[in-house]
Amino acid sequence: MPDLLTILLPYEFSWIAVLFFGSTSLLYARGQRVLARSGDPLPVWRSVLFWLGLSLAYAVMHTRFDYYAQFMFFIHRIQHLALHHVAAILLMGSNPWKALAAGFPEGAVKSAIARALQSGWVQWPYRVIQFPPLAAFLFAGLIFFWLTPDIHFRAMLSQPLYLLMNWSMFIDGLLFWWLILDPRSPVKSGTLGFGKRILLIWVATVPQLALGAYIVGAPDILFDIYEICGRAWPIAPIDDQVLGGLFTWIPPAMMGVLIMVVVLRRLLHQSASDDEQRRTEQFMGK
Amino acid sequence: MRNIKRLALSAALTLLLSGCGGSDAAWKGSNIEGVMPDLEFELISDAGEAVTEQAYAGKASLVFFGYMNCPDICPGTLQGLSSAIEALPVAEQDDVQVLFISVDPDRDTPEKLNAYTGFFGPQFTGLTGTQAQLSDLVKRMRATYGYGEADAKGNYAVSHSSAIYGFDGQGNAQVLMKSNQPISDFTDDIEQLLERS
Repeated sequence: MPDLLTILLPYEFSWIAVLFFGSTSLLYARGQRVLARSGDPLPVWRSVLFWLGLSLAYAVMHTRFDYYAQFMFFIHRIQHLALHHVAAILLMGSNPWKALAAGFPEGAVKSAIARALQSGWVQWPYRVIQFPPLAAFLFAGLIFFWLTPDIHFRAMLSQPLYLLMNWSMFIDGLLFWWLILDPRSPVKSGTLGFGKRILLIWVATVPQLALGAYIVGAPDILFDIYEICGRAWPIAPIDDQVLGGLFTWIPPAMMGVLIMVVVLRRLLHQSASDDEQRRTEQFMGK
Repeated sequence: MRNIKRLALSAALTLLLSGCGGSDAAWKGSNIEGVMPDLEFELISDAGEAVTEQAYAGKASLVFFGYMNCPDICPGTLQGLSSAIEALPVAEQDDVQVLFISVDPDRDTPEKLNAYTGFFGPQFTGLTGTQAQLSDLVKRMRATYGYGEADAKGNYAVSHSSAIYGFDGQGNAQVLMKSNQPISDFTDDIEQLLERS
């Protein structure tokens, strides 16, 4: 049994993970303090969602968990479930932007970054990638892309491609779930309408369910890379594949339905969310 | 507008695909040149001595991880490689070496490994190492191994990589063969490897 240190330390150290998770944690923790001091503390549930989401994404990418994800197909599927769904939903559900912005030290750098974020160079590509049909296509498409046997094979053999795979899933998850969970009102801020958000979840989720079901039912081994590189422990390859298919199929479906209910609730309580939208807009300076 | 977005997306995907495909039609196995690292290790030879990859430099190498109690894949693969080498012109047969690395050092002692690999031919060398040495090497090769629960007689299964990694004489990673490929594929790829060594 590996000791505690082995469990907590990354299997493969990555500067990208250290920089991303380190700077995000610092900004948010500082932002929490700044906001509390200015008499506008964050609701506790928001910061709980944020820290849960961030810790989960870190744990599956940069601890011993990553070892098992590299050498067991079903654990790899759990890793992507965490990155593309659970962690991304928690993080975007926490609406972290206000705290992150408050955590950034005031000064020329901050205003330069704010200007850059508002510039066409960022806004235009952002709007393209968040164009709902494209966002749904990317969300479902990335899952299919990385699960194409030949591409999956390469990604598991090359560390840069492996990192690209995991980070593309995580970032795409953040983008997609922000589109769905954006707390600003569709009426007043022009964010995506609640009915469209529900439709979008449905469109993005159904292909993944089909893929999961296909993997579960496949009579042959689709991903022989786990046989080629060896598994973390002896397990029948077909059992590994069926489990992996189930994790691609069932939990994303359940989470899709859960978020649909959350959006539906907002649709029915539109006026309540308008308050929140006013607060967000004040912060955004609109 | 929508068409432009679609076009840009498909172009990006094609670029990504061709960038990582990297398959060279000349190999029967998968081209891993530039994808996987060079051959580098510290292990224990079947003579019981500490060795590094330098002891095996100069010849094309086929590296295979396994264990002697392995019921099917290991003896099957080693036998396949043995037949593939026998199919080469006699003058070339000794230009290639097979490094069989046991990931079960508790049971596979250097002496036993020596007798085991000798059975498959003079090109076969057994290697093993401490758990730390073996872990370092499989991690480098983006592979792993693990042990199952022991039964009443103390027998246990070992999960291990089933790939054959081909390196040229300078230790550069070239090709990854799957153990279930036909023997003629092995022969073809070994010949290519010799041309590049």
